[in-house]
Amino acid sequence: MTENLSAVLYLISSICFIMALKGLSSPDSARQGNMFGIAGMVIAILTTIAMPEVMSYGTILAGIVIGGSIGTFIARKIEMTALPQLVAAFHSLVGLAACFVAAAAFFRPEAYGIGTPGNIAVGSLVEMAVGLAIGAVTFTGSIIAFGKLQGILSGAPVTFSGQHPLNAALGLLMVALVVWLCIDQSPAAFWAVFVLALVLGILIIIPIGGADMPVVISMLNSYSGWAACGIGFTLGNSLLIITGALVGSSGAILSYIMCKGMNRSFFSVILGGFGGESDAAAAMGGPGGDKSVKSGSADDAAFIMENASSVVIVPGYGMAVAQAQHALRELGDILKGKGVKVRYAIHPVAGRMPGHMNVLLAEANVPYEDVLELEEINRDFAQTDVAFVIGANDVTNPAAKTDPASPIYGMPILDVENAKTVLFVKRGMSSGYAGVENELFFRDNTMMLFSDAKKMCEEIVQALD
Amino acid sequence: MDATQIEQKAKALAEQAASLAGEMAQFATDAGGAIGSVTETAHTGPYSFISLFTVFILACFVGYYVVWRVTPALHSPLMGVTNAISSVIIVGALIAAGPAETNFSQIMGFCAVVLASVNIFGGFIVTQRMLSMFKKKR
Repeated sequence: MTENLSAVLYLISSICFIMALKGLSSPDSARQGNMFGIAGMVIAILTTIAMPEVMSYGTILAGIVIGGSIGTFIARKIEMTALPQLVAAFHSLVGLAACFVAAAAFFRPEAYGIGTPGNIAVGSLVEMAVGLAIGAVTFTGSIIAFGKLQGILSGAPVTFSGQHPLNAALGLLMVALVVWLCIDQSPAAFWAVFVLALVLGILIIIPIGGADMPVVISMLNSYSGWAACGIGFTLGNSLLIITGALVGSSGAILSYIMCKGMNRSFFSVILGGFGGESDAAAAMGGPGGDKSVKSGSADDAAFIMENASSVVIVPGYGMAVAQAQHALRELGDILKGKGVKVRYAIHPVAGRMPGHMNVLLAEANVPYEDVLELEEINRDFAQTDVAFVIGANDVTNPAAKTDPASPIYGMPILDVENAKTVLFVKRGMSSGYAGVENELFFRDNTMMLFSDAKKMCEEIVQALD
Repeated sequence: MDATQIEQKAKALAEQAASLAGEMAQFATDAGGAIGSVTETAHTGPYSFISLFTVFILACFVGYYVVWRVTPALHSPLMGVTNAISSVIIVGALIAAGPAETNFSQIMGFCAVVLASVNIFGGFIVTQRMLSMFKKKR
C-alpha cells in the first residue's frame, strides 16, 4: 500500500469519527453515528495492517481476538448503573496503551522513522514524553476514579497538609525529567518520567470527592484524547492527532458543562477537598435539629399523586444506587394511565457521569421526549402539582439561590420548591454530598418518604392499583 | 611608478581576487550544504511539525463545534464513543507489534493492541447498548 493511499484512508477514517460525534446531536441519528465510528475504526486498523512493515498477522489477530472478547464480554454484562466505573476503567486502558506505544517507539524508533535508539530527534522525544506522561496520569487517575465509583475506595476526598505544594513540586520535577530525557536519551530517564506520572495520576485524583466524579470522569476522558494526540505527534500520524483532538475537546467541554452545573471553577474541582465527611458532620450538628418534618407513607404519596394533574419526577444518584428506574417507570406509567401528565427533570450533574440519568431512564423504557433538561422544565414547576424527588438532594436545594454562605451558592437548581407539593424519597435525613442541609425538608408543602427508592416506588405502585 | 611596481601591484590584486573567489566558493558550498540539510530534516519525518500542528488545531475546532451540538441527553453515549475512538492509538500499537521478530518493542506493541482492542469492542458495544435504549413514544 502506498503512503498516499494510506493517508487518504486515514483521512476517511478521521471523517467517520467526526460523523460519529455529529450523529449524537439527536437520538434518531445517534445509532447511525456509532456505525460510522465502527467503520472508521475498521478502516484505520485494516489500513495499518496492510502497511509493508506490519508482518506478524498471527500475533496481531491473537491480540485483537483476546482484547476484543474481553471487551465484548464486559460491555454485554455490565449493569447500566455501573456505567461510570466502566467508563473510568476503559479510560485507564487507553492511558496504559498510550504508554506502551510510547515505550515501543522509544526503544525502536526506527520503526516509526524518528531516529535510532539513543539518537532520537528532540522534538519527537518531547512529544513522546507528553504522550507518555498524560497516558500514565490517565492510567492511574482512572484506576483511582474507578475505585471510588465502585466503592473499593472511599468516595471521600483524601487531603493532607502540603498536598498542593507537593503536587506542584512533582510537576516541576516532571519537567526536569523530560529535559533529562531529551539530553540523555537513557532508558532510565524514560522510566523515571513514566513512574512519576503514575504517582501524579494518583495524587491528582485522590483529593476529589465522590460528587465531583462527573467532572473527573470527563477530565480523564479528555486526558485519554490528549495522550493519543501526543503519540500522534511522535509518530507523525494525523489520524491519531485528529481523533485525539476530538476526544480531548469533547472531554474538556463535558468537564466545563459539569463545572457550570455545579457553579464551581474547574480549578476548585481539581484542587479537590469538596464535600468531605467532616463538612457533613458539621452540618448535622448545625441548625435543624429542632425543626420538624412531615413524613408520609406510600399510601399518602399515591393519594397525592393520583389526584394531581401534573407530576414532575426528579431522579438523582440515589435512584441509580437503588436501581429504582424500572419501578419508577412503572409508577409513571400508572399515573399516565390515570390521566396525570408525567415528566422527568434532569439536572446536568445528576448521577456520577454526564447523562447518567438519561441512560438509566432510557433503560427503563421511558420515552426520551418525556425527559427534560433543567432549562427546558424549570419554569414549569410553578404550574406543577407534585414534584417527586427521588434520590436527589443538593440539586433541589434553594440555598443555592438564597444563601451566599452556602457552599453550593450559585449552582443552578431545579426549582421544585415552586411545585404545590414536594415529595422527597430519601433513606434518612442525611445531607447531600455537599454537606448542606436542605431547608425544603422542613416546609409545610413537603412530605418526606423515608425508604429505599426502589421499595418506595413499588409500594406506591401497589397503593395505586 | 615603473613597470615592476605596476607588475607587483597587479600581482597582489590578482591574489586578493583569487582568495576572495575561494571564500565565495566556500560560502556557496556551505550555503548549499545548509539548504541540503534543511530539506533533509524536513523530509526525515513523513510530515513536518507545523503541518501536524495545523491539523491538530483544526481538529480541536471541529471537535469543539461538533461536541457542543451533542444533546445533553446523550452525554453518556458521547463518553462511550469517544472512549472507543480514542483507542485509535491501536494504529501505533500495530506498527510496534508488526515486525516478525520478537523483541521488547514488539511485546509492548502486542500488549497495547490487546488493551486498545478491549476498549474498541467494549466502547462501541456499550455505546450501542445505551443508544438502543433511547426510544420514542409508542
